[in-house]
Amino acid sequence: MSAVGSAAQTTVPAPGAVLDGDAPGGVRRRRGPSLTTSRGGFWFVLPFLVVYALFTLWPIVYGLGMSFFDTSLISGGAQFVGLDNYARLLGDGEVWRTLGITLLFTLLSTVPLVLISLGMALLVHTGTRGQWFWRFAYFAPFLLPVATVVLIWQWLFQGDFGLVNGALGLVGLPDVGWLSDPAVGLWSVVVLTVWWTVGFNFLLYLAALQAIPQTVYEAAAIDGAAGWRRLVSITLPLLKVTTGLVLTLQVLASLKLFDQAYILYGGSGGPGGVAAPVLQYVYDTGFVNYRLGYAAAISYVFFLIIIVVSLVQAGISRRRSA
Amino acid sequence: MAATSTGVDVARPDAPRPLRKSREGVSRAQQASLLTRSAIATALAVLAVAWLAPLFWALVTSLKYEADTTTVPLELVPEAGFTLDAYRSVLSNDNLITWFVNSTVVTLVVTALTLALSTTAAYGFSRTSFRGRGLLFGLVVAGIMVPPQILLVPLYQQVLAMGLADTYAGIILPQLVVPAMVFILKKFFDGIPRELEEAARVDGAGTFRIFWQVVMPLSRSIVAAVGIFVFIGAWNNFLWPFIIISDPDLMTLPVGLVQVQSSFGVRYAQVMASALLAGLPLIVIFMLFQRQIVRGVATTGLGGT
Repeated sequence: MSAVGSAAQTTVPAPGAVLDGDAPGGVRRRRGPSLTTSRGGFWFVLPFLVVYALFTLWPIVYGLGMSFFDTSLISGGAQFVGLDNYARLLGDGEVWRTLGITLLFTLLSTVPLVLISLGMALLVHTGTRGQWFWRFAYFAPFLLPVATVVLIWQWLFQGDFGLVNGALGLVGLPDVGWLSDPAVGLWSVVVLTVWWTVGFNFLLYLAALQAIPQTVYEAAAIDGAAGWRRLVSITLPLLKVTTGLVLTLQVLASLKLFDQAYILYGGSGGPGGVAAPVLQYVYDTGFVNYRLGYAAAISYVFFLIIIVVSLVQAGISRRRSA
Repeated sequence: MAATSTGVDVARPDAPRPLRKSREGVSRAQQASLLTRSAIATALAVLAVAWLAPLFWALVTSLKYEADTTTVPLELVPEAGFTLDAYRSVLSNDNLITWFVNSTVVTLVVTALTLALSTTAAYGFSRTSFRGRGLLFGLVVAGIMVPPQILLVPLYQQVLAMGLADTYAGIILPQLVVPAMVFILKKFFDGIPRELEEAARVDGAGTFRIFWQVVMPLSRSIVAAVGIFVFIGAWNNFLWPFIIISDPDLMTLPVGLVQVQSSFGVRYAQVMASALLAGLPLIVIFMLFQRQIVRGVATTGLGGT
C-alpha cells in the first residue's frame, strides 16, 4: 500500500493535473465523474444483493403473501383466504398470551441487563487490578452456545441437587421450584439470560467509559467534584448515548426470545406454559402443526409490534437529545 | 484498552506507594478511597464468583463419576475422586465428532463468505457510484430492521423449494447476508482518505486492486471485528439449523447437543462434558482475540444473539 502511495508521489507531482489520464497508451480513459469514484461499483454490490434478494427480500414478500393463504405443509395446496388468518389471530387467546409473555420477559430482562452491566462496567473501570480477569469473567458466558448455557442451567436449577437451591440453602432460604413452579418459570429464563448476555452490554459500557477523556475529570477535580458527585454529575450524563444504544439493542434482542426458553423446557413452554414466547407459538403453529399461512400471519403482526417499539424508542431518544 | 486511562494509584493498589506525607487532607481522602477501593474489590469479586460459578460447577460435574453428580448435599470433591470418564465416552460418541466437524465447516464457510459479500458490497456502496446506488443502499439499511426470526416460515419454504433442506448449503446460504455488517463496514470505508485511492488509481490500479490492496489493508481491525462476530453468531446459531436439518449426520453442535440431552437422560457428567466442549472453541478465541473483540463491540456495537 505504502509503496503504491510513494510511487504515485514521485511520478505525479500534481495529482490534479492528470485527470485526463496519461496512463500508457491512453487505454484507461475515465468515464466516471471524477477520480474519486470508481467504475464497476455495481459488480461489487451485486453478489451481496443477489443473496440478499433471495434470502431476505423475497422471503419478506413471499411470507406476506403466505399470510393471506391457508397454506399447509402436508397437503401442499394453498387456498386464498384473504384476511382470514389475521381475523382468526385477533380472537386467538394463545397469540395474545404468548405476546404478553414476550413483553413481560422483555421488561423483566432489560432492567437487570442494563443496570447490572452498567454497574459491572463502572466497577471494572475504576482501574482495579486484573482488568483482564474481570472482563473475562463477565463476558465469557456471552460466548457460549445457547445449548451449552441451557444445559448448564438446567442442571443448576434442579430442585434437590441443583447448585442454585444449594446456594439458597446456605443462606437459609427455602428451595425454589425453578423448573416446576409456574410462578417462577419465566424468572428462570430471565436469570439464565442475564447471566448469559450481560457481558455484551458490559463491554459497550466499558468502551464508552474508556472513551471519556481524562481531562473532563481533571477539570471537575479542580472544581472539587469527587467520588459519588463525580459519578452522578459527570459520568452518568456522559453515558446517556450509550444507555440509549444498550436499551434499544436489548429491547429488540429480548423481544426475540425463543432459543433459551424453548430448550430449557424442551419445547413445552414451561410449567403451565408460563414461558412460551410468541416466537415459540409461531414455531409450533408452522413447524409442528404445519399451519404455515397462519404462522406467517402471526410473524407479521409480531414484526409490526417490533417496528412500533423501534419507532417509539427512536422518538424518545430524539426528544431526549433535542 | 488496558488500565491506561485511569490514575496510577488506583490502577495498582498494592504497588509500593510513598509514605503518607502529611496528616492534613491527604489522609482523610486516602482513608475514604481505601474504603471505596475495598468496597469496589468486594463487589467485583462477588459478581465474578456469581458469573464464574456456573461454569466452574459444570466443569467439576463433568469430572465426576456419574454416581457422584446428584449427591445431596452438594459436594465439591467427591470421595471417589475425579475422572475423565465423561469426556472419554462423549468423545467416543461418533455423533459428537460429526457435529463438531459440521459446526466447524459451516462456521468457517459462513464467516468467509459473509466477509467476502459484506466487504465488497460496503466498498461498492461507499467508494463507487452507479445508478440506483442510493436506493439499493436504502434497501439494505431497511433490512437491519427485519428480525430474522419473522422470516422463518417463508425462508423455510424457500429453502425447501430450492431443494436445499438437509444440506450444508441450506444451513449456510440464509446466514450470509447481515445488512448491519454492510452498514458498519460502509461507515468505516467512508472515513478512508480519498487521496490514497487517487494515488493508486493514478498508478493504474483497477477498482478491484484498489479494494484489495488499498482499502482492505487499512480496514483490518474492523474486518477482524466483524469477522469475529459473524464467527460467534454462526457457531452459536441454533434456530435455523434446528429447523432446516433433520438428518443427524448434518446437525451442527448446538442442535446436536439438544438431542444429546434428551438421549443421555440424567447422565449429567456427560451432558456437562459435551456442553463445555461445545463452548470451548469460542473461549479459546476470546483468549486469543480479546483486544479485537472488546474494540469490536465498542466500534460496531453489534454482536450475536
